[in-house]
Amino acid sequence: MADLRCDIAGVKSPNPFWLASAPPTDKEYNVVRAFKAGWGGVVWKTLGEDPPIVNVSSRYGAMSYNGTRMAGFNNIELITDRPLDVNLQEIKQVKRDWPDRAMVVSLMVPCEEENWRNILKRVEETEADAVELNFGCPHGMSERGMGSAVGQVPEYIEMVTRWCKTHTRMPVFVKLTPNVTNVLSPARAAKAGGADAVSLINTINSIMSVDLDIMAPTPTVGGKGSHGGYCGPAVKPIAMHMVAEIARDKETAGLPISGIGGIGNWRDAAEFMSLGAGSVQVCTAAMHKGFKIVEDMIDGLAYWMDEKGHQTLDDFRGAAVPNVTDWQYLDLNFETVARIDQDLCIQCGLCHIACEDTSHQAIAAQRDNGARRYEVIDAECVGCNLCQHVCPVEGCISMVEVENGKEYMNWTQDPRNPMNQKAAE
Amino acid sequence: MDNQPDIAAGRLPESAYAENFGDVHPPLDRKAALVESSRCYFCYDAPCIEACPTGIDIPSFIRKISTDNVRGAAQDILQENIMGGACARVCPTEVLCQEACVRNTQEHKPVQIGLLQRYATDAVMEAESHPFTRAEPSGKTVAVVGAGPAGLSCAHRLAMLGHDVVVFDAKAKAGGLNEYGIAAYKVPDDFAHREVDFILEIGGIEIRHDQALGKDIALAELRRDYDAVFLGMGLGGVRALNLEGEDLPGVHNAVDYIAELRQSDDLRSLPVGRKIVVIGGGNTAIDIAVQTKRLGAEDVTLVYRRGPEAMSATHHEQEFAQVNGVKIKHWAQPRQLRGAHGRISDVVFEYTQLDENGRLAGTGDAFSLPADMVFKAIGQAMLPLPQANGASDLLEMDGERIAVNEQRQTSLPDVWAGGDCVKISQDLTVAAVQDGKLAAQSIDSFLRG
Repeated sequence: MADLRCDIAGVKSPNPFWLASAPPTDKEYNVVRAFKAGWGGVVWKTLGEDPPIVNVSSRYGAMSYNGTRMAGFNNIELITDRPLDVNLQEIKQVKRDWPDRAMVVSLMVPCEEENWRNILKRVEETEADAVELNFGCPHGMSERGMGSAVGQVPEYIEMVTRWCKTHTRMPVFVKLTPNVTNVLSPARAAKAGGADAVSLINTINSIMSVDLDIMAPTPTVGGKGSHGGYCGPAVKPIAMHMVAEIARDKETAGLPISGIGGIGNWRDAAEFMSLGAGSVQVCTAAMHKGFKIVEDMIDGLAYWMDEKGHQTLDDFRGAAVPNVTDWQYLDLNFETVARIDQDLCIQCGLCHIACEDTSHQAIAAQRDNGARRYEVIDAECVGCNLCQHVCPVEGCISMVEVENGKEYMNWTQDPRNPMNQKAAE
Repeated sequence: MDNQPDIAAGRLPESAYAENFGDVHPPLDRKAALVESSRCYFCYDAPCIEACPTGIDIPSFIRKISTDNVRGAAQDILQENIMGGACARVCPTEVLCQEACVRNTQEHKPVQIGLLQRYATDAVMEAESHPFTRAEPSGKTVAVVGAGPAGLSCAHRLAMLGHDVVVFDAKAKAGGLNEYGIAAYKVPDDFAHREVDFILEIGGIEIRHDQALGKDIALAELRRDYDAVFLGMGLGGVRALNLEGEDLPGVHNAVDYIAELRQSDDLRSLPVGRKIVVIGGGNTAIDIAVQTKRLGAEDVTLVYRRGPEAMSATHHEQEFAQVNGVKIKHWAQPRQLRGAHGRISDVVFEYTQLDENGRLAGTGDAFSLPADMVFKAIGQAMLPLPQANGASDLLEMDGERIAVNEQRQTSLPDVWAGGDCVKISQDLTVAAVQDGKLAAQSIDSFLRG
């Protein structure tokens, strides 16, 4: 069986599956249940200075899609609303009781060196493995100059990270907000400040839905709503892009990454790790189905690794990074066309209407003695894949490579590129 | 003692009747409807539309259900089929839209189109306002004979198009077979009556009851007094077995007993035999067999002279009867109905097979089934024709039924016909509705000519 042991920035855990800093890690009771269920680590829900913040009711919004609940999810909850002492005592107790699990403590205090120094000292006393700087929370705290208000300014990130590295022996994870134009700026800043790792993504600014009866956004608090942090399965592609950008950037390559965003099963985790994530953090999926989902994550990942011959996580970590490239380096001479397997086709016609109405008029709708038949017109097909995506039958439409005998040629080499013509002149 | 008939009312505890004659397919609630509607692929050139005799845009109405646009969904249904509510309950969807659903090819599990149609139409029928309005009055009045699905569909469409309509019906209540002929558990809670009221909400339709064509009214008078005539009186007659013993007490026409059951205020008071024999292979045979079983009959045997695939009741209906405890015997035809003590006692059947020419033939071997009651359900027939009653021109026939063209126009230029009384109809509620709709559109062109 594959070895799932994880070591990221010196923080060790029996598996790479951690619970993200969020309601599931707010107190001892939940965290102990998580560890009993098999989770490899937790990032304790963000601690702040006393007096504790207060929360509103209600706090969550969700998007259902075609009967699937919580395809997207958001929250307007703030950091922990419990006294600092209580949290620290519980963290210390849980770490003592579960020494093999990763215990990372999320922190958010005002942007003054003294404040950070004080809280770091207190966290160290708990024997926690690391701290995670919450520079990502997009609501409530940001309006008080914390959370994403810091995370959106690279200079602040670098400054606070450096303070933390100065004042603690613990590894420092910097949690990044996706609410920026380019995630590399804050990631580079974190690295410059000495960060041992980055965690991403935090939640995305969002309005989940509008209640059209009361004309207010959801979740609604006394007739009003506020933007909240978006997460869940729907954000996974955004998160993976940001992880990959950091993994392949010259400046940040090699900086350990704890991947977050829509991870709900072993496959999601394997994808994040292939893009360079060392550990992964989960929240929405656990809030939806409970902690037991980690069982599938653990054995699903191990079985897949066995099948692929990977013995440790390092065997495939970052393996997909070299294949993430810029558009301009894609092979313009690579061609595919769609093929419809007529034996599998159920005659729904979706490939035809999608291509006819919105693409290249490359799928003909025919009637053969009254029976519907959909055929690809090779000469018109540009290999865009739309038909394959709309087809409801697995394996019915495949994209077949066309052997055109042409050599690899990318945009930088293409004579049709006006920049190349200029250079030639 | 063996031959004493055992016929009794109230065979079951009181609570059983409500359960046995309540909704056979409970409606979908919102959540279930949303999940089921999400299964529809919204096919291009959807096969289900082609399979619906009224051509409802099924993918469109299902998509609207999935977005909570239930009014829009119902509008899509009702504009093609004003009896979409009844059809959602009584259509043999397993051989129509749901058989065509592409999900069958994929997973043998079609989208539950009938139940979704009911979800949308129920919601709109409960709403306060009628979903359609009438065009400017045309000043024309059309006579419609028969207030069944064909007649009401025709009347509603004519009213929408601005014409006034007078509907003549032989019975005391409108609705036709929906009111008198279909199994009670398919249209419970007085649905047929509620649907008639819903249709009449459009306005401009007057129904005159107890007006039978050929008895109380004549086609010639209707042609004289109205701008056009639509005939949708169905099949008033019942086929006979033409066998010895057919007139014995205890031998009934299935349609008569079903009508009595449908009009009964108290099913406990309805006498039913312990041993029942049903002769026939259509939906009426299934309906009488299952309903007598659900009234408490102990042994119900349905006998059909050919094999299961030749029955006009669908496979689904046959299975439904069997699940309800009805025994179906194929390949046997009745030869004699025997009596004892002045009542039916048993039916003698002869086994049948196909001869070398593919024709049905008796094998010569016989068996007998004891019966307290026998129900004949071998089909209905046209009553003697209206032209005997003073029509100046002859209505052309096609076999036993009225001949019509694609527009449901008869050989008389101002007379249209539809439903079970025309040859090209499929003997389905939904087909009758389509006949009425097409006829109304043709009548409208004729009147505006």
